[in-house]
Amino acid sequence: MKIRLLAVGLLAGGLASAASAQDVLRIATEGAYPPFNNVTADGELVGFDVEIAEALCAAMERNCEIVAQDWDGIIPGLVNDKYDAIIASMSITEERKQAIDFSAPYYSNYLSVVAADGTTATLEELAEVSIGAQRSTTGSQWAEDTYGSRADIRLYDTNPAAFSDLSAGRVETVVADFLPAAEWVSANQGFGFVAEKIDIADQIGIGVRKGEDALREDLNSAIEAIRADGTYQTISVKYFGIDIF
Amino acid sequence: MYQDLKFWVSDTICAGLSPLAGPLLGKACPRFIDGFLVTTELLALACGIGFFLAIALTFARMSGRTVLVWPAQVFVYVFRGTPLLVQLWIIYFGVGSLGEQGLGPFLWTFFKNPWLVGLLVLTLNTSAYVSEIFRGGLANIERGQMEAALSIGMPWLRAMRRIMLPQAIRIAWPAYGNELILMMKGSALISTITVMDLMGQTRTIFARNFDLNTYLYAAILYLVLAGCISAFVAVFERRFRHDTAR
Repeated sequence: MKIRLLAVGLLAGGLASAASAQDVLRIATEGAYPPFNNVTADGELVGFDVEIAEALCAAMERNCEIVAQDWDGIIPGLVNDKYDAIIASMSITEERKQAIDFSAPYYSNYLSVVAADGTTATLEELAEVSIGAQRSTTGSQWAEDTYGSRADIRLYDTNPAAFSDLSAGRVETVVADFLPAAEWVSANQGFGFVAEKIDIADQIGIGVRKGEDALREDLNSAIEAIRADGTYQTISVKYFGIDIF
Repeated sequence: MYQDLKFWVSDTICAGLSPLAGPLLGKACPRFIDGFLVTTELLALACGIGFFLAIALTFARMSGRTVLVWPAQVFVYVFRGTPLLVQLWIIYFGVGSLGEQGLGPFLWTFFKNPWLVGLLVLTLNTSAYVSEIFRGGLANIERGQMEAALSIGMPWLRAMRRIMLPQAIRIAWPAYGNELILMMKGSALISTITVMDLMGQTRTIFARNFDLNTYLYAAILYLVLAGCISAFVAVFERRFRHDTAR
């Protein structure tokens, strides 16, 4: 009897939490991708993606909870319902579209190749040197597709880890998205671009589970809304000095 | 050259497996086998070198000389008492961040290479565990044997090597086999320092196909490796049994 009561209590508790989970929109970001998303020393999530997520939530009039999730588990986590959306500077790719759906793009991305000053290798000769990149990114996949999967491509768990090996001199070049690369180059003397803006028609979108069309439509309208009222431009200028849409 | 040979081996294996692997693994097959070979190679080297390092460590710990006992004890305590992942990151990212200025050109050629750092850490880690296993084996051998050897004038080191250690290894062998399997599983962590071992390749393949079966295929390959290790351990175990039966 007691056990049954307990079971009913647990069930009711479970239902209640399921109901409240529907009200809160759970958003995942990586938290290791400055200046787009990063964790401060106090454990607070900050960055362009985080502020865009907050602005979108305000536009949709929904309560949001933003959590940090390691990059190479971020899509499986979405598919398994750990959260409802990914706002983490994720490029819209055909391969990812097999697993999840994307909102309309919220900014455009280019790839960059960074190396120490004095590096003579050109983009065509990159197959001869070591190339660092974050695993599971458009950068690493571009390198694999361009230079072959057996080129000396070193894959790191995070983007800063790749850059730290570049500054140690352990890896000769790093392929990364343009804006984080530009920030890193301006903060680190002695490094420059081998290629500044490689256009791979890369658009960044918000990942949602397949079939969640209502949420996707809401996010699309919210992106239009923050573009229309200037919130987006304010955030973009604050981080990059320009509108990166 | 050697790298090309390994690529050729995995291409050949994949070509041979193509009726079976083709539909399942497709383009990913050479990557899986590349990774499998890297893991196998690292394990064989780490466990081979680690075995002899472990013997040296065990001798140092049993020698009764403070200058040898203490460093060996501290080494074993540190490498047994910290996670392998922490050791990898301290030595790869931590020591590596000193760069060429901090480490000098000679050490830097070593620490620059993720494969060599992986090998170093795996070797040191396994030698600490294996030395503990050997120490356990030695503790099970009658002390009188050592005393007898010394009393007929045999030097300590030779008595250890010829009388004590062979018996200790026999006793410790099943535990040693277990350590080899644990090491195989632990080796998956070197994928975090950019070594393209089986786990590194698997994560890279998964990053493109988002097919959870990818991890299943990796598990099967790890099981194949575990089977080979078990068979290797069993062969020696049988030989040891013959030796003692005689």
